[in-house]
Amino acid sequence: MTLRGTTVPHAAGFVAGDRPRIVTAHFDDPEAHRLSRYEELGGYQGLRKALDSTPAEVHSVIRDATVLGRGGAGFPAGVKWGFCPEGVWPRYLVVNGDESEPGTYKDRLLMELDPHQLIEGALIACYAVGLTQCFLYVRGEMALAQERIATALNEAYAAGYVGRNIMGTDFSVDVVLHWGAGAYVVGEETALIESLEGKRGMPRLKPPYFPAAIGLYGQPTIVNNVETLSNMPWIMNHGAEAYRAIGTESSPGTRMVAVSGHVKRPGVYEIVNGSTTFRDLIYGEDMCGGIREDRELKAFVPGGGSAPWFLPEQLDIPFEGRQASAAGSMLGSGAVIVMDETTDIPRAALSLTHFYAHESCGKCTPCREGGTWLERIMTRIVDGYGTERDLQLLTEVGQSICPGAFPHAADSSRGLEAVPFPYRMNTICFVGPSAYAPVNSALTLFPEEFEARVRRDEGVPVAAPGRESRV
Amino acid sequence: MTDHFTPANLDLAHEIIGRYPVKRSAMIPLLHLAQEQDGWVTEDAMRQIAELVEVTPAEVLGTCSFYEMFKRQPVGRFLINICGTLSCQLMGAEDLIHHAEQTLGITSGDTTPDGLFTLAVAECQAACTEAPCLQVNYRHRYKVTPADFDDLVEELRRQAGEGEGPDPQSPETAGVPRHGVLSVARQHIPAERAAGPSSPTTNQGPPVWMPPPDAEEPK
Ligand SMILES: Cc1cc2nc3c(=O)[nH]c(=O)nc-3n(C[C@H](O)[C@H](O)[C@H](O)COP(=O)(O)O)c2cc1C
Ligand code: SF4
Repeated sequence: MTLRGTTVPHAAGFVAGDRPRIVTAHFDDPEAHRLSRYEELGGYQGLRKALDSTPAEVHSVIRDATVLGRGGAGFPAGVKWGFCPEGVWPRYLVVNGDESEPGTYKDRLLMELDPHQLIEGALIACYAVGLTQCFLYVRGEMALAQERIATALNEAYAAGYVGRNIMGTDFSVDVVLHWGAGAYVVGEETALIESLEGKRGMPRLKPPYFPAAIGLYGQPTIVNNVETLSNMPWIMNHGAEAYRAIGTESSPGTRMVAVSGHVKRPGVYEIVNGSTTFRDLIYGEDMCGGIREDRELKAFVPGGGSAPWFLPEQLDIPFEGRQASAAGSMLGSGAVIVMDETTDIPRAALSLTHFYAHESCGKCTPCREGGTWLERIMTRIVDGYGTERDLQLLTEVGQSICPGAFPHAADSSRGLEAVPFPYRMNTICFVGPSAYAPVNSALTLFPEEFEARVRRDEGVPVAAPGRESRV
Repeated sequence: MTDHFTPANLDLAHEIIGRYPVKRSAMIPLLHLAQEQDGWVTEDAMRQIAELVEVTPAEVLGTCSFYEMFKRQPVGRFLINICGTLSCQLMGAEDLIHHAEQTLGITSGDTTPDGLFTLAVAECQAACTEAPCLQVNYRHRYKVTPADFDDLVEELRRQAGEGEGPDPQSPETAGVPRHGVLSVARQHIPAERAAGPSSPTTNQGPPVWMPPPDAEEPK
C-alpha cells in the first residue's frame, strides 16, 4: 500500500463486459478527468449540440429519452424539469453528490473519474430549463472527488465552458462547488437545500413535494443526482432514440450498480436497464461470477440499505421498478449487497439499523426515538441478552414508525406471500422506515435465527466480553 | 470584529462568500476553512464566521454541531475512520476495528497520547465493493487487512517524523495532509469569467437565452 495524498488509484472494480457503456465510457482512461483528454474523447460536444438548439428542443430530447432519476426515487428527469412554475426567476440547479446510502458506490466514481462529463450534463440542464446558477454539492468525506471537481471547474472556466458567455453564446451560468460535512440525511433533497442554505440538514415538511416549486431560497430548484446528469452529454450526442434503444420501454438506457459483499468479483457495473436480472448481475460470468467459494446465496439487499431484502427466489426479477415493487422492495440507488450462507442475519440487520438510527436528524419522534429503540433491542438480541418479548417489541416499535403491513419478499418455502412496496410512514422522510426495513426483512424471512438467539440455543454466538456490538 | 482567520484565509473566506447569492450559504465551507487552519473548529472561529455571514454565533454552532466532520475539540493529526456498515462488516470490518484498537492501544473515539492518531468507527464510505475500507483524513484505503493497517500506521508515523507534512496548496506532494485539510485543490472563479450569483430577492425575468414564454413552442 503506497501513501499518496491525492493520487490513490482505485482498486479495479469494473469488469468491462460486452455491454453498452454510457456514463462509464471513459472509466478505463486514467486521464479522462483532465480537460484536454476529455476534449479528445469528444467532450463538451453534447453541450455544443444543445447550444445549437433552443432550450425547449433540448428539454424535449431529454423528456423523450426518459432518464429515470438515479438518486433513489426513479422519477423521470425531463418531467421533473417541467415542474418549475412559470414566471418565477431565478431558478437554480443543485447537483446531489452526497452519496452515502449503505452499499452505494457510483456517484463518487463519476465525480473522480469523469468530472467534466458531470459538469457538461449539469450545463445542459441549466440551458434547457433556464437555471442561472448551479451548486454542485459533493459529500464532505470525499476529498479526492472534491479535488477532481475543483480542478475540472478551474479548467472549464479557463476554457470558456463554464461562467459568462459559455462557448461564445449568451448562455451564462456559474457552477459552484459546495461540499458537505458528514450527514447521511443531507442526501434527501430538501435537507440538501437546507444544508446549502447554511443550516442543519433536516428535511423539510412536504408538500410541496418537489423543490422545483419551492426550493433553494424559496425559488424553483431542480435537484438531480450525479449519475442522472452524467447521462445528458451522451443523450445530446446520440439522441433520445438511441438512448431508448437500450434497455426497456419503462426503464431505458443503462444504470450503474455496485455489487458488494460475498461475491467473487465485487464491483461497479454499468448494466442494461430494465432487462438485466439480479441473477445476471450476481452470477453472470461477465459480472460478479457467483458467490465466493461457490457457497449458497442466503439473501441480498437489492437497492441500498433502505431496501427490504430479497431471497434467492427473487433472483430472476429484472432491474425494473414496477416488478421490484410488486416483489416487495425497490431498486433505490443501485446498490446490491450480497450475503452468503455463512451470514449472521441478525448481526447484518443490526449493522444497517445502527446506521439509520445514528443518522436520524431528530426532527420527528418516531424516527428519533424508534430508531434508537430498534438499535438497542437488536443489540441485546445479537449480543445474547435478548428475550422472547423483545421480538414482539421490535414489531411494535416498527409499527409506530411505519404502520400497516411492511413490504417484504415472498418466501414460498414457508407459504409467505410478498407485500408490495411502498409502506405507509409516520415520518417526514425515509430514514425512519429505513431503520426498520432491515429488522423487518430479517425477522420476517429468518425468524428462526432470532428465536434461536433469544432461546440461547447451543452454538448460537454470544458476544465475548470486549467484543460486544459497536453501537 | 473577531480576528481569528489568517489574512490569507480571510481573503479566501471573502472569495467563497462572494460566490453565493446569500452569505449564510457559505457557512459550511467556512467551517471547513476554519478546521483547515486550526485542525478543529474553535469558538473564536465560529464567532468570526458569524460576523462574516451575518448570523449569530449560536446559529453557527447550531449548524456546526449537526455535522459529523466538524470537530469541536482537538483530534489527532490523522483521523482514521474505519467503515463498520454492512458491506464492510460482511468482509471483516469488526475484526479490523478490533485489530486497530489493539495496534493503537486506544478504543475507537479516542486519540493516541502522542496526538498522532484518532480512531473512529464510521459509516458507509461509498467504497462498498472494496471492503473492508477505511479513510485517513477522508482519503480512502481499500481492502485493508490487519497487516495493511499496521503498515499504514508505520508509514504515517514516518511521515509525521519528517515534519509538517504536505503543503495544502500543492496537490503534487506525496503523503496525507493533516486533519482539517480536505481538498488540496480549490475552485477559483476568475472575475472576468464569472457569471455572478443569482439573487433570489429580485425577479429579473427569464435569462437572456430563454425565449419569452409566448415565444415557446406549444407543449
Ligand atoms: C434519506 C434519503 C437520502 C438520500 N440520499 C441521496 C443521495 O445521497 N444522493 C442522491 O442523489 N439522492 C439521494 N436521495 C434522493 C433525493 O432526495 C432526490 O430524490 C434525488 O437527488 C433526485 O435526483 P434524481 O431525480 O436525479 O434521482 C435521498 C433520499 C432520501 C429520502
Ligand atoms: S424520518 Fe428521521 S431523518 Fe427523516 S426527517 Fe424524520 S427524524 Fe429526520
